[in-house]
Amino acid sequence: MTAQESTATRHGAVATSRGNVVALEPFPVAARRELADAQLRANLHRATHTIRDKRARVVAEVPDWEALRAAGAAIKDDVLARLPELLEQFEAAATQAGARVHWARDAGEACQVVTDLVRATGAREVVKVKSMATQEVGLNEALEAAGITPVETDLAELIVQLAGDTPSHILVPAIHYNRRQIRDLFLRRMPGLDAAGLTDDPAALAEAARRHLRRRFLSARVAVSGANFAVAETGTLVVVESEGNGRMCLTLPETLISVVGIEKLLPTFRDLEVFLQLLPRSSTGERMNPYTSLWTGVTPGDGPQDVHVVLVDNGRTDTLADEVGRQALRCIRCSACLNVCPVYERVGGHAYGSVYPGPIGAILSPQLSGGGANRTLPYASTLCGACFDACPVRINIPEVLVHLRHSTVAAKTGPSAERTAMRALAWVMRDRRRYAAALRAARRGVAPLRLAAGRRGTLRRLPWPLSAWTASRDAPLPAKETFREWWQRERA
Amino acid sequence: MRVALFVTCVNDLVYPRTGQAVVRILERLGHTVEFPAAQTCCGQMHLNTGYRAETMPLVRNFVDAFAGYDAVVTPSGSCVAMVRDAYPRLVAGDGALAARVAALAPRTYELSELLVDVLGVTDVGARFPHRVTYHPTCHGLRLLRLGDRPLRLLRAVRGIDLVDLPGAEECCGFGGTFAVKNADVSAAMLADKCAAVAGTGARYVAAADSSCLAHIGGGLSRRGGAVRPVHYAEILAAGAAP
Repeated sequence: MTAQESTATRHGAVATSRGNVVALEPFPVAARRELADAQLRANLHRATHTIRDKRARVVAEVPDWEALRAAGAAIKDDVLARLPELLEQFEAAATQAGARVHWARDAGEACQVVTDLVRATGAREVVKVKSMATQEVGLNEALEAAGITPVETDLAELIVQLAGDTPSHILVPAIHYNRRQIRDLFLRRMPGLDAAGLTDDPAALAEAARRHLRRRFLSARVAVSGANFAVAETGTLVVVESEGNGRMCLTLPETLISVVGIEKLLPTFRDLEVFLQLLPRSSTGERMNPYTSLWTGVTPGDGPQDVHVVLVDNGRTDTLADEVGRQALRCIRCSACLNVCPVYERVGGHAYGSVYPGPIGAILSPQLSGGGANRTLPYASTLCGACFDACPVRINIPEVLVHLRHSTVAAKTGPSAERTAMRALAWVMRDRRRYAAALRAARRGVAPLRLAAGRRGTLRRLPWPLSAWTASRDAPLPAKETFREWWQRERA
Repeated sequence: MRVALFVTCVNDLVYPRTGQAVVRILERLGHTVEFPAAQTCCGQMHLNTGYRAETMPLVRNFVDAFAGYDAVVTPSGSCVAMVRDAYPRLVAGDGALAARVAALAPRTYELSELLVDVLGVTDVGARFPHRVTYHPTCHGLRLLRLGDRPLRLLRAVRGIDLVDLPGAEECCGFGGTFAVKNADVSAAMLADKCAAVAGTGARYVAAADSSCLAHIGGGLSRRGGAVRPVHYAEILAAGAAP
């Protein structure tokens, strides 16, 4: 077992060879714990609704938004259909431009490649650009185990790292904190801060973080990033960020190592025109992204001269093999689906036990990791469809959720009360005579309960498993006469 | 026009008055409603819980029961969505069945679609002198794109005081077996929905799906207070001569 394999985070994600996408406990158990935190729910409600409203405004002002979504989906589907060819094209172009391209089958290999590259430079500290891929593979834990200090430079990632916490949102990893909590954290973890001089004003907090990070930007010899897009045609990597910290990391150090999922490819440079419109409006609710950095291998005398790209599979090839599930690989990590999800809004990201929370996490994590407690994730949705409407690359998340539920049921072995009930019900419902008889029996069977139901005609308590319903809602009783009995009496 | 009523399993057993309301509305408008006795359940719960094999006989039964009618009408947005959105995907591998579904699915309507789009009616002659708020249920809203059709029908009702529901487009937390499998999250969503409904001061909360109404109604009943759930078909059937 390697160091990162033994690293369990306090919120239940565990780093394995597949990284931080494997939940340790079933979603309903984790969700119950998170729901009990009233402050968390208040923080999440405010934050998700703010971003949700902002996104809705800037999306509504684009007349061809639906055409852009369709184009985004089509480009990504083309990438998925031609992935091997495009990956080789990317490798050739990036190598030609002076980058070194590495391949990693899973999280463990990705961590090993990056750790070896950093070790070879002799550096003991790396500055990091916010990156889901490095969170996914558990790179920080691996670097720490090797005696290398990773410094997150995105403000929200820094907050999470200083707190010894795990991210709870794809775009806003510290969404579960409010500014008072962040001020307290900074005072505890940033040496030299003056408690009297620090307010919880966002500008003051950002200034404190800026001062904390500036020294590290200037001294760092190695930076680690992810990439939002990788252009196959040119070998170009693209990082889209809002704070300028990414630009510092991507230009100041001598060595730049980028960890990139193999599905991040775009065929041509021109395809960026679609995604640089879709991504900012969907993720931050901005019309245009503040800092968009593009680099192609090494530019002599300008920026990092030692440039590496680590292409990571980590379950993506398995996902690609599933005709319905593969659409999850279109995802550009905008997190619009999290911000509109009524389940995410109540429980937050930690309940999902993976670095990918929310609706996209519920379909991505089980596919990347293949099973375990993640099998409960596809059930973590009411199938309300808000995620599909918000998705800039038209991932039909409800369709994939239902598809994965079938896989879960199919993978279950041994006796199951639910399966027995579902089969019995289907057997009754596929035949009109059995069905009519069952309705009659149900109506008659509850007759003694009518007294208990009172004037309102509802019951306050039902036996297991329906006790889960009556724990917080009353249950209706069957009517005194079914519809078909009424029809028979009145019309036939 | 030969209109067949698909009453749905939930209405058949628990809310027959909703099916009766649909019959009353359509007959009042001069149409003949038939009730194919072979109908049972569309299979939505089985499919969405992960039991595809058990769903398929119900799909076949539905197609057998309703083939041959000019239109099928249902007082349930999610059951229509099952037929129009899920059936075509489910039967894609079976050519003969796929052809029958392709013929039937576009003729299967949620009540407001039949009234507004097919029959061209928004005023069905109803009277309901109460304050009502309307919750647009998720599958009607996002899979069928019912839009304001139910609201246009309700606005034409005499005496009604129709008030907006804050956060109307947010799910009530029902989600079929979600309400039991993830009961705590479901209850948290329901609590917010019930608070929003209660805050409108309405006497009735109306919707196009009886299951969602059973959920919201169950929450309201547990909370106490006077707000009652009602299918909007029952409002449209109210107050006019039989």
